Amino acid sequence: MKRLFVAAGLVMCALAFGVTPQPVAAETLHASMANVAYVDVPATARVGDVIEWTNNDFVAHTVTARDGSFDVTIAPGKTGSTALRKPGKTPFFCRFHPTMTGVIDVTP
Amino acid sequence: MSRSTIIGGLALTALACGAFGAVSASAQTKATLTDPQIAHIVYTADTIDIENGELALKKSKNTRVDAFARDMIRDHTAVNEKALALVKKLNVTPADNATSQSLVKQADAERAKLSALNGAAFDKAYIANEVAFHKEAIGEVETTLIPSAQNAELKGLLQAGLKIFQGHLQHAEQLDAALK
Repeated sequence: MKRLFVAAGLVMCALAFGVTPQPVAAETLHASMANVAYVDVPATARVGDVIEWTNNDFVAHTVTARDGSFDVTIAPGKTGSTALRKPGKTPFFCRFHPTMTGVIDVTP
Repeated sequence: MSRSTIIGGLALTALACGAFGAVSASAQTKATLTDPQIAHIVYTADTIDIENGELALKKSKNTRVDAFARDMIRDHTAVNEKALALVKKLNVTPADNATSQSLVKQADAERAKLSALNGAAFDKAYIANEVAFHKEAIGEVETTLIPSAQNAELKGLLQAGLKIFQGHLQHAEQLDAALK
């Protein structure tokens, strides 16, 4: 009985002081490519989020982080995903079309 | 071929410019291009750039030039596949024409010059030609092919192709500057 009381007290204490942080669920965000450009790229995202890219062009594209943290090749008409694992402003580009560029601000 | 075009051919870039330029000055006026002729021109121009890319893959040791050539082969093959699918769907037979013939003639001459070069000289000449070729192609697509196209899907393909070629031009210009 005493042990149960202590446990209940700890839970109440934790709730009161917010020491049991609720994990923020990672989101799947969406962006696309069209006319040899990235379209609707979210300006910000969180570490752990995933961006799902849809290639609406009839040529292949890549989404390649300049810091090497992600790199995916997406065939025409297909989708592909990049997971955001590093915080900070993350510039990216298409290796096949280097004039295609973008940046996502990844927050911790 | 006009005398001015022959003189222009002395410079690598001018050769590529002349490929389309000679067409504009030809008897085949812009207004007379039909959709089957436009389809043929698109296929011909794409094939030329694919063959130039294949030559670059054989000759260049520069990784950036090699990557650019692969990009050209990949994208122009995609455009051609799209164009072939469209003509099949529309039940149209691409029609050979003076523009296509001029393109092939100029491209053959250019490829012969490129074939004689090696190393950095080849890389510079290949990329310089890609800059000139895409500039002229963009101009031709914008001012002649798109306005002439009657079929909406063909016009759409040309507009999509235009964006791709503009990206290629910027990429080629970046490489051209880096190689100088």
